Amino acid sequence: MIIGAGALGTGSAEMLVRAGIGKITLADRDYVEWSNLQRQQLYTEEEAEQRTPKAVAAKRRLSAINAEVDIRSHVMDVSVEEMERLIEGVDLILDASDNFDIRMVINDISQKYSIPWIYSACVGSYGISYTILPGETPCLNCLLEEVPMGGITCDTVGIISPAVQMVLSFQISEALKILVEDRLHLRNKLVSFDLWKNHQSTIKVDMLKKADCLSCGAERSYPYLSFSNQTKTAVLCGRDTVQIRPSQRLDRDLESLDKILSKRKGEVKRNPYLLSFSTSNHRLVVFKDGRVLIHGTKSIAEAKTLYHRYLG
Amino acid sequence: MILTVNGDQVEIPEAIETITELLQHFKLYDKVIIVEKNGEILEKAKHSESLISDKDSIELVHFVGGG
Repeated sequence: MIIGAGALGTGSAEMLVRAGIGKITLADRDYVEWSNLQRQQLYTEEEAEQRTPKAVAAKRRLSAINAEVDIRSHVMDVSVEEMERLIEGVDLILDASDNFDIRMVINDISQKYSIPWIYSACVGSYGISYTILPGETPCLNCLLEEVPMGGITCDTVGIISPAVQMVLSFQISEALKILVEDRLHLRNKLVSFDLWKNHQSTIKVDMLKKADCLSCGAERSYPYLSFSNQTKTAVLCGRDTVQIRPSQRLDRDLESLDKILSKRKGEVKRNPYLLSFSTSNHRLVVFKDGRVLIHGTKSIAEAKTLYHRYLG
Repeated sequence: MILTVNGDQVEIPEAIETITELLQHFKLYDKVIIVEKNGEILEKAKHSESLISDKDSIELVHFVGGG
């Protein structure tokens, strides 16, 4: 199962479908946009023009590549409930998402059902990947200690497609090893690279596995599957606005955000309490406590896309 | 002081003594990061007390969200 059908999702789906995988499930909440075409390899200009949902466009192209593969594709904003529904019969989860909210859910689902997953991400010329095996390796919750918040995204600093392809090579090589049950040859290390700076690191992180981890430890409670730890969204009646409230109260650094967003097309205004960023169609108002109002839409899916695009 | 950071030799000011100060020097303090010094992972709680010295080999891996 692949969560997300952006750069990593389209690349990994194409590799696996060409390899003749039996069944693949793909879920994405977004539609194709022009800016996607530089790296999201299953999509065309026509689909950007028509704003075709990515899950629909991806399935069409993947079926044309290999008609024998059973492709289940969902236009869906995946969270806990959806993951619980989709997980049955899944051998491996590939992370192709763009945010840590869903990654923490994937991590807990993986532990709950004892299904391996591969964390992968990239931005700029940098990429990172780690294969998580329940009962063996540390989980993402062990590694992170705290959930990364904000910072750079593919839409704020860009991404070169070789970085995508490099992460895909790491991710799908590991996926193939898991799918053919050759665990002996798994990398067992956290890999990261920067293609522009000519860096690569592989480090062994086994010692970061925590016996008291709430996601994978003995007294586990799967915290990211509980309602209180999920990002909350609400459509504000009559205001053409969606409010997004992170699960934890934050102290967002509005000055750093100002610097990042000032490089984007749009207007940034800031006072000590909030920052407002206007694009041609939407306005994002970011409060210091982490709350964000997205003006110009009533769609929660669209609001989440904008939230993760500009705020990480 | 000369360190090997992610495979590259870099010169850093002598005033930098700990991993925490090194992360500040590289402007990585606001990132979720895993630090390996001479082949050993350093837990975050130990960053401020872990001293660095000449010829140390440091690997810095930070988590990103894009995809």
